[in-house]
Amino acid sequence: MCLAIPAEVVALEPGDMAVVAVEGLRKRISTALLDTVAVGDFVLVHVGYALHRLSPDEAERTLALMAEAGVLAAELDEMQGGG
Amino acid sequence: MRYITAFRDGTLAQGLAARIAAEADPARAYHLMEFCGGHTHAIFRYGVQDLMPPNVRFVHGPGCPVCVLPVRRLDDAIELAERHGVILATYGDMMRVPGTARHSLIRAKAAGADIRMVYSTLDALAIARDNPGREVVFFAIGFETTTPPSAVAILQARAEGLRNFSVFCNHVLTPPAIDHLLSGPDFAPGGKGRIDGFLGPSHVSAVIGSAPYEATVQRHGRPVVIAGFEPLDVMQSVLMLIRQINAGRAEVENEYTRVVTRHGNRKAQELVAEVFEIRESFEWRGLGAVPRSALAIRPHLAAHDAEARFALSDKQSREVKSCECPAVLRGVKKPTECRLFGNGCTPETPMGACMVSSEGACAAYWSYGRMREPA
Repeated sequence: MCLAIPAEVVALEPGDMAVVAVEGLRKRISTALLDTVAVGDFVLVHVGYALHRLSPDEAERTLALMAEAGVLAAELDEMQGGG
Repeated sequence: MRYITAFRDGTLAQGLAARIAAEADPARAYHLMEFCGGHTHAIFRYGVQDLMPPNVRFVHGPGCPVCVLPVRRLDDAIELAERHGVILATYGDMMRVPGTARHSLIRAKAAGADIRMVYSTLDALAIARDNPGREVVFFAIGFETTTPPSAVAILQARAEGLRNFSVFCNHVLTPPAIDHLLSGPDFAPGGKGRIDGFLGPSHVSAVIGSAPYEATVQRHGRPVVIAGFEPLDVMQSVLMLIRQINAGRAEVENEYTRVVTRHGNRKAQELVAEVFEIRESFEWRGLGAVPRSALAIRPHLAAHDAEARFALSDKQSREVKSCECPAVLRGVKKPTECRLFGNGCTPETPMGACMVSSEGACAAYWSYGRMREPA
């Protein structure tokens, strides 16, 4: 639950919502906690909310570490399962 | 994958380990508490303790939201689902935590209560929209990272006129917990435990910034270094703590500058301040009543406050007997010092919250450390 996962913003939607993509998964999330967000930004997603922006390098490194630590699959499952 | 290889082949890690060994004064001991359960797991997963000299020890802290929630509040949540007949939406981590008499959300659900696991408060809002004839309560737990999503959900429910949506608020705060640990008898001279410095949490600090730790550091003279959650971040932060301790300094330093600033995420803070106020006191498992350490929903939003809307009964809530989770959370006992550890209590059959949660210290010892760490 405390994990946060980097994802790329692929579309913006009304009402402070966005679609993000990570590892082939697409997910609607809220961007209500960020002042501005644009398509192509990498954001750190925690329980369905973008918490802050990340550089693409930082996003890549974090994903790689999560995969190695064996926590990426579980986090993606949780994200997907939640609708 | 180049970053992982960098840790795995050990060049950077060995370099940092050598610097830590060179700078750690063999005449003193460094007991460093990693507050956050995410750090506990990183330390175990990557064997960071093994890269430290023997006088640099990690003390595991209470930063596991599922773990610190007292049994009474879990019993209350079960009551909401069983007696008040609400749809209780909860993060999955809570499902298997044992309540009084080892009842749990998952057992209540099996017995017919309408309890639904959600990934996000957004999902809980969707359940409320889809079930206008039912009361939907979101069981909100977590530290400062998880609080802004609860705030947004409450404001969204108000904006949409979702009168059947409320939140059972159990959000807690990190700096008052650090303050409380250092104020109590456990870490006073001659106490059961010892903390010379703290590794500050990553994502909590991304939200609140580094400034809120400053008063505690000044008051207690123990340094805090905010650490990223990667193993190299943890090692770099240890080095920064050792340097402060050696120099007799106690300051808030930020190792995780690529994400954390002094003032944090202002927008998230404003949303939280609009929705929540500080409780005078809140019970934590292990820490007891901690002053000004938790949040309640402000009175003007009482329509979305489950505690204001549903009468919760008085109960004789009890922890599972002989579970050492409270002492583990205070950093005065290791999981392996609990006689239930591995002896009836495992992640498959947890008897305490610290074994259930993926952030719990007992789960970390079980998954990575039980062969390595002497009891």
